Order: sequence, then C-alpha cells, then structure tokens
Amino acid sequence: MKRRRHFSEFAVETLIRILGFSTIAFVLLIFLFLLREGLPVFFEVPPGTLFSAHWYPTYGIFGTLPLILGSILVTLVSIVIALPLGVATAVFVREVAPAWAREILKPIIEVLAGIPSVVLGFFGMTFVAPLVRQVLGAPTGLTAFTGALVLAYMALPTVISVAEDALDSVPKSYRDAGLAMGATRWQTIWRVVVPAARSGILTAVMLGMGRAIGETMAVMMVTGNAGVLPTSLASLFQPVRTMTATIAAEMGEVARGSTHYHALFGIGIILFVLTFLINLAAASAIFQKKRRGGLR
Amino acid sequence: MFEATPGSLTDRGESRTLGAVSGTGKSRIVAMACMAAALTIGCTDRHAANGGRAPETQVSIQNTGSDTLVNLALAWAERYMSLNPQVSISVTGGGSGTGIASLINGTIQIANASREMSGEEIAQAEKNGITPVRFTVALDAIAVVENPHNPVQGLTLGQLSNIYTGKLKKWASVGGEQRPIVLLSRESNSGTYVYFLEQVIRGGVAKDTSLFAPETLLMPSSEGISSEVRQNPNAIGYDGLGYVTSDQKVVAVARTPEGPYVLPSAGTVLDQSYPISRPLYMYTAGKPAGAVKEYLDWVMGEGQQIVAGVGFVPLKGKGG
Repeated sequence: MKRRRHFSEFAVETLIRILGFSTIAFVLLIFLFLLREGLPVFFEVPPGTLFSAHWYPTYGIFGTLPLILGSILVTLVSIVIALPLGVATAVFVREVAPAWAREILKPIIEVLAGIPSVVLGFFGMTFVAPLVRQVLGAPTGLTAFTGALVLAYMALPTVISVAEDALDSVPKSYRDAGLAMGATRWQTIWRVVVPAARSGILTAVMLGMGRAIGETMAVMMVTGNAGVLPTSLASLFQPVRTMTATIAAEMGEVARGSTHYHALFGIGIILFVLTFLINLAAASAIFQKKRRGGLR
Repeated sequence: MFEATPGSLTDRGESRTLGAVSGTGKSRIVAMACMAAALTIGCTDRHAANGGRAPETQVSIQNTGSDTLVNLALAWAERYMSLNPQVSISVTGGGSGTGIASLINGTIQIANASREMSGEEIAQAEKNGITPVRFTVALDAIAVVENPHNPVQGLTLGQLSNIYTGKLKKWASVGGEQRPIVLLSRESNSGTYVYFLEQVIRGGVAKDTSLFAPETLLMPSSEGISSEVRQNPNAIGYDGLGYVTSDQKVVAVARTPEGPYVLPSAGTVLDQSYPISRPLYMYTAGKPAGAVKEYLDWVMGEGQQIVAGVGFVPLKGKGG
C-alpha cells in the first residue's frame, strides 16, 4: 500500500516535470523555427532596403519600416487611450463602487475579454470606421486611430483586471492612515493608493501593450492596410499597415522558401523581439514590486 | 480559430457564404461544407439512379486552386456528381498558387487558376514528369465600383491608371465632386490584384514598372471592399463582377477618352467591348483521359449553362 502510493507519487511528479519542461522546449523550438525561416531574409535583402519605406512584396521590394512604425503607432495610441480608462475603471471597481456593483462589474469585464477579435473587427469596420470618417472629416475611416480605438477596447479588460489586482494588494492600513490624516476619500485614492500600486499599474500597461501589438484580425479589418510610412501626427488619421496584418494577409499564398516567405518570418522575428522586450519590461516591473513591497 | 489559417483571408467567396459573421471567411471550410453537401446530394442521387443495383466503381477527382473559381468549381462538381453518381469530385480553394503547386507535386488531377502558370512553374512541373495542359473554362469581368452617391459615370483606362498610381488625387479631376479619392484594392497575393496591376495600371505594357500608390488600402476580403464602398463617398474599388453587390455603383470603363464607355456584363465581355476581363483556367496533369476528360468536356460544354448563375461569364456561344 505504502509502496504503491510512492510509485503513484513518483509517476505524477515525473509527468508534471515532463509537462513543465516540454512547455519550455516548445517555446524554444518555435523560436528556433522562427529564426531558421526568418534569418535568411537579412542576408537576401540588403539592410538598407529591408528598412526602407516601401513594401511591395509581390514585386521584390521589402521595406519593413512602414510596417514596424505602423504597429508601434497603433499600439502606443491604443495604450494612451486604454490607460486612463482602465485605471479609472479599476479604481472605481476596487475603491468606489458598492459591493453589489462590484459583483456585477467584474464578471462583465471578464466577458469583455472573451469577445472574439473578429467580432470587434467587424464592429469596428461597419460602425466605428464610418463614425471616425464623419466626425473627423478624414477621407476614409479606416485609419490608425480607428485601429487604436478597437485595440484600446481589447486591451481594457487586461489593464483593468491587472490594475485592480495591484490596487487590491495595497494594504488596508494605507487607506486607514490616509483617512486618519484627514484626507478625503478622493485624496486617499489619488495620492496614496494609486501611487502605492503604480508598479502593478505599469505591469498592466505592459501586458495591455503586449496584447495590442500582437493583435491581428481586428487591426487588419479596420486600419486600411496601406503601407504608408507614418511620419507625422497627421498619420494617425491615415491608413497604416501593421506587421501582424501583413503576415496574416500574405502568408496564405506565399511560395515556401521564397524571399517573400523569409521576409514574412523576418517580420515575425522583429515582432517577437518587440513583444519580448515589452514582456521583459512588465516582468521587471513585477520584480520591482516584489522587492519593494509595492512601495517606493 | 479564425486567426489560425491566414491563407484563407484572401478568399473571394466568403462574403457570399459567411457574410456578416466575419468578412474574413474561410474558403476551405466553406468549400468543405459545400463538399459535404455535394457529397450528400451525390449519394442520394446515386441510390436513386442505381435503383438498388450494386454501385459501379467509384472514380474520384481532386480539384484545388483559385479562390475566385471555387464557387463556380463547386457548382460544377455538384451538378456533375448528381448526373454521374459514380464520379466523386472534391473541390477546395486556397488560391491559384496553391492549386498549381499541388498539380506540380502530383497530388491532384485538376488545378483551378485565375492566372496562367509562370514559366518557372511549368519548368518545375516538367522536372517532376508532369506536362500541365491549360483549359479555359469561363471568363470573368473585373468591375470598377464606387459609392452610389458618386456622380462619376465612366472612367478611361488611362484615368484608372493615374488614379491608382496616385497621380490623380481628387474626384474633381475626373469630373466628380471636390473629394479626395480613397483607393481600395485586394491584398497583393490575390490573382485579381496582379491582373489589375498588369492590365490596367501598367496598361499591359511589360516594361512599365508602375505600382499601386502606397496609399492604396489593401482589403483582406471582398466584403472589406464592398463595406467601404457602400459607406464612403470617396472610395473607388475593383472586384470580380460576381462579387459586386447591388449597393455599389459600377463604373463604365472606356479604352480611350472618346469612348465608348461600357458597363461590364456577359455580353460586353464576350464581344470584347468591356476592356477589363480575363479568362479563368483549369490545368490538368498531362493530356486528360478517362473520367477527368469526360468531366472537362462536360464543364466546357453543358456545364457552361450554370456559369452565369454563379456570376461569371460563360465561354462564347456556350451559355444557357
């Protein structure tokens, strides 16, 4: 009896270990595959061309600069929109809302995260884009700004729930101390609780960005996919083409092993590196929070 | 799930079959669903036709390729299988390139293509011991569309070229309102994109290296184009005639400024007065024989009667 239990324990332990290691192995293998398929483009296309301003893959012009800048523009603007909304919602849900409202709001926010991106894309294409065109008077509603709006909406659930967790981990004694000092509720929230949670809020922003930069379907449907180099603030209200949309749109019919094929994987590498950097920043923010107990 | 197979985003059939659900349809799934339906019909008819006799030997034909052609190929396959229950034809999309590659690799008997095979592809096929044979199975007109509120009635090929290369930026310069022109196109891997670039923008001149203006919006689907054209009075787009819905305005096209300005239709494609039309092909591996030959003969003969119903133009003198 005792031996059998030992054996089953051993078996389960081994199984868990294998599963754990295989996850790491899969990530490594995917990364190696990405490198193997994508690295050749950096030799096939001269670097000057690779980072030039025009993307006409069917005719051998592989300038990835508009795609990289397009992705960055849409992601940054989406976070600028999502951050105040997300933090304000988190503050409301955690600090202000009565218990019954919190019970309703939290599941609704989780449902928000479950809306498929095609559905949001379709909504953006048929509803948000015409609105953007009419309100802003732009030639077309399929712009970087429309993409940022849809992405902000998609990043919101992530930002809200992570920021709410951060607020939640601020000890009650801080609030009590603030109120005892004669601060109003608003002052306590704004001057004590939110600053105490700021590294957690930073993590929320980073995770939201990670979600936004990797998003494909909704972006492809609402940004217009024109490979124009975004150079000024006005570009925000013009169509852009993102890296993810380019890969998704072109991978289907590209000939295996061609320069175009390698170029798409090359974009994948660039995207991977960018996402990795963002996640690294998020991880270091979490690390900081642990070390300092959430306070500076 | 929709993000998993980006290849299918270029499908042209989606807006009709998946419509509002996504605008990012899946030709393969659609094709399979229709296939399943087709097979079921085929099976039922087989029992009826055989009247309880033992089934004859089954022949199966694999047919893959162009997303432009997939709806038509499915319609043909369904009809043919109901007439000839002993034959089963499986049709899938994936794009002209996919179909041609499968033909080269010898995994299918018939490849659908909305463009001709390149010299490189033919050489590759011959290296594998396969001589591709081309059959023209239908014609397709490419319609230029704009918003119904746009007063512009007709454009010349030269004007279209200047519009799509970004030389003309205002509708006013082609007789329209004081509005900017918003260019819409399909994605660059679509056969329609290549055709439009070579025949309209470059005017069929091989040495011309003009390209679409960078400002061109590349839409992932036909639905993307029709939705923008429907809403935006600034937009101009193009697509296969079979994919143009009634809420878009079709522009008459002329070869020269003197005219005549012609609207696309089966008649104007056949008498060649409409300037932007192209043939659609089926390629076989080697000279077709047996069931494949019978099928192709039927497609180019009796099968032409259903072509117009699917939105394409039947071959000369064959339409019903």
